[in-house]
Amino acid sequence: MNMMETGGRSGSVDMTHGGGGRAMASLISDLFQRHLANDLLSQGHDATRFEVPAGRLVMSTDGHVISPLFFPGGDIGSLAVHGTLNDVAMAGARPLYLTAGFILEEGFPLRDLERIVMSMAEACRAAGVPIVTGDTKVVEKGKGDGVFITTTGLGVVPDGVDISGDKARPGHAIIVSGTIGDHGVAILSKRENLEFETEIRSDSAALHGLVAGMIDAVPTIAVLRDPTRGGLAATLNEIAQQSKAGMVLDEAAIPMKPDVAAACELLGLDPLYVANEGKLICICAADEADRLLAVMRAHPLGKDAAVVGQVVEDTAAMVQMKTGFGGGRIVDWLAGEQLPRIC
Amino acid sequence: MKYVDEFRDRELAEKLASAIRQEAKPDRKYYFMEFCGGHTHAIFRYGVQDLMPKNVEFVHGPGCPVCVLPVRRLDDAVEIAEKHNAILCTYGDMMRVPGTKQRSLIRAKADGADIRMVYSTTDALKIARDNPDRQVVFFAIGFETTTPPTAVAIRLAKAGSLKNFSVFCNHVLTPSAIQHILQSPEVRELGTVHIDGFLGPSHVSSVIGYEPYEFFAEEFQKPVVIAGFEPLDVMQSTHMLIRQINEGRHEVENQYARVVTREGNEKAQAMVADVLELRSSFEWRGLGTVPYSALRIRDEYAEFDAEKRFELTPKKSREVKSCECPAILRGVKKPTDCKLFGTVCRPDNPMGSCMVSSEGACAAYYTYGRQRAAAPAEEAAREGEAA
Amino acid sequence: MCLAIPAKVVELADGDMATVALEGIKKKISIALLEDVVPGDYVLVHVGYALHKVSPEEAARTLKLMSEAGVLKEELEEIAGETQ
Repeated sequence: MNMMETGGRSGSVDMTHGGGGRAMASLISDLFQRHLANDLLSQGHDATRFEVPAGRLVMSTDGHVISPLFFPGGDIGSLAVHGTLNDVAMAGARPLYLTAGFILEEGFPLRDLERIVMSMAEACRAAGVPIVTGDTKVVEKGKGDGVFITTTGLGVVPDGVDISGDKARPGHAIIVSGTIGDHGVAILSKRENLEFETEIRSDSAALHGLVAGMIDAVPTIAVLRDPTRGGLAATLNEIAQQSKAGMVLDEAAIPMKPDVAAACELLGLDPLYVANEGKLICICAADEADRLLAVMRAHPLGKDAAVVGQVVEDTAAMVQMKTGFGGGRIVDWLAGEQLPRIC
Repeated sequence: MKYVDEFRDRELAEKLASAIRQEAKPDRKYYFMEFCGGHTHAIFRYGVQDLMPKNVEFVHGPGCPVCVLPVRRLDDAVEIAEKHNAILCTYGDMMRVPGTKQRSLIRAKADGADIRMVYSTTDALKIARDNPDRQVVFFAIGFETTTPPTAVAIRLAKAGSLKNFSVFCNHVLTPSAIQHILQSPEVRELGTVHIDGFLGPSHVSSVIGYEPYEFFAEEFQKPVVIAGFEPLDVMQSTHMLIRQINEGRHEVENQYARVVTREGNEKAQAMVADVLELRSSFEWRGLGTVPYSALRIRDEYAEFDAEKRFELTPKKSREVKSCECPAILRGVKKPTDCKLFGTVCRPDNPMGSCMVSSEGACAAYYTYGRQRAAAPAEEAAREGEAA
Repeated sequence: MCLAIPAKVVELADGDMATVALEGIKKKISIALLEDVVPGDYVLVHVGYALHKVSPEEAARTLKLMSEAGVLKEELEEIAGETQ
């Protein structure tokens, strides 16, 4: 990001920025349109017109709230772009367009807003997917947390691809695209009253490039899902339930950075439940697993990909794990937010 | 992680498992109470039970500070935050524990109370310094391990003349709880709870040392092995207990010698003694009123005592009636004996404290252990071994 | 009860504070409860306080006892093979 471009912007968001008058118009043109510029956005209409390719479309929407807004490895802007692109990509789709809705809190520094918008712009450029329309509202001080961003994504699914959470079958292999827990630990390290120093950065990234390569190699992939909130454990339980099948994980095979493991030990967290923003879970026929792994490992976002378990017959749809210690345990749904604990 | 990973080694686990199989006599059963929730957690999280012979059984004890806190004290904490408009600082563990009518701190926070989760008492002090116009109360819970940090915070508050900081003290003592269990009718007369020996507290003992347990071992003729919280520690300690029983001994042995000595941490003990003193009695969830089992703030530090600073109204605190937490905490019942377990009461909707804390017996059963019988993981593990 | 983890002291600071490291994670904790802490010591950390030093000698002794406790299945098979 070029910080020079934000130089000089001062002041903060006030109610006139959402009032529909001149202040709002100039905020939109000076800040949003300037950084997010593309042909479709500059139509300047409330509704943007575009062509879509033939085929099945997917659409996904996601509201982004996060504290702190800026964290090692990203910020709410890049996260809002990556999050929705990934939701679209997990349907096996190629993302085409994004929209963005901002809810700004009165008093939010314009300099921070510009930093966030520039980071969104950068994420869009890197992903090759434009934001084609947007919206801004301002709420009174105390009624928001700085900025909330809702993004919606539209994508198209290639012919012959049929990916869905209910398609895991006994015998299928479970693949994870890389180390787990990076995002959650990076966020925690900056939380008030918890701060610790770490080199760990959020893994926030757009995964559609990786997914495209995977689908090219193995169009019959059964399930793709990104393990965001609730981590690997919640997402696998979701898939198990939808597919009415059980899973058995091999703890020792799950990729994890030593620092993530250490932070979790320190705070009493289970890394299986810690959030990721740039990882995916892929479930496929066992005999396709090696081919997929090779493709994934050749991509920078999949270099640590590993088979972490298999789908098994189980009417109770439980996720279980062989522990690295040699025993067995259940990997259950998360009960509410995972809180640091002392005991 | 040094001093952690070595004690989770799979190969050593197999060795210890074989040693235990050889030591345990097949013609009898061994029942060991692991006092601490930390042991309960390790047993379930690592699947230690899977490596044990069938005739070695763990009885889960009450050593989970969140679990033994009576509902009234939690209701009091909510009152401090709501009625007195204080900033209530708490460890994350307490956030979801249901109070009367299922009201938890997290619920009170949603309703507008200023409740902040902290990692350390030093964070609570910082919040007090940063908010000189507000009353800041630290909700202190825990056993002897967690007590010294509270004592340090009170001493620092006094030294720094921090007028807006106080502590709601709920610290409880391990030895009195163990003694209470051993003296209970279920253990002494009725024989409904069978305990052959104890896996003794690990981190509590790093502070108080292992000398305090020598009395029980002698008086009640039960072996005690001070056991670390890593899974290999639990296995080795179990092996030591079985050996003591087979040899007819009842001694205090110290498996966790890397951080536990006979004397413990005398500096920490002195700081606690400076700030806190024994309460003549304290109510424990599950165990009822236990004499000399808790600490309160000494008069010399009375200005930092939230119980003196805020007037707490008498309350009709109530637990959910059919919740079996009390019996489970005494080892009389297992989580699966409770009608609510797994049906209405789940970690996402806990009826009692044992389902909240990750070391509560109910949460451990639910999260790691339920439906063990039909566990494909075990089969897969066995297949793995065969391969 | 009582989650605590051994971490290495890397730097002492004013006011009975010290920085400890656990892998690449660094955290400032209080060493008010201990005497004579020096960088390089491993301490048991609980709620931001060092509770006790970890004894390297005792840790090694415990591990040695563990490894001598039993025999691995492969070793058993080996022994069985030799005696046949």
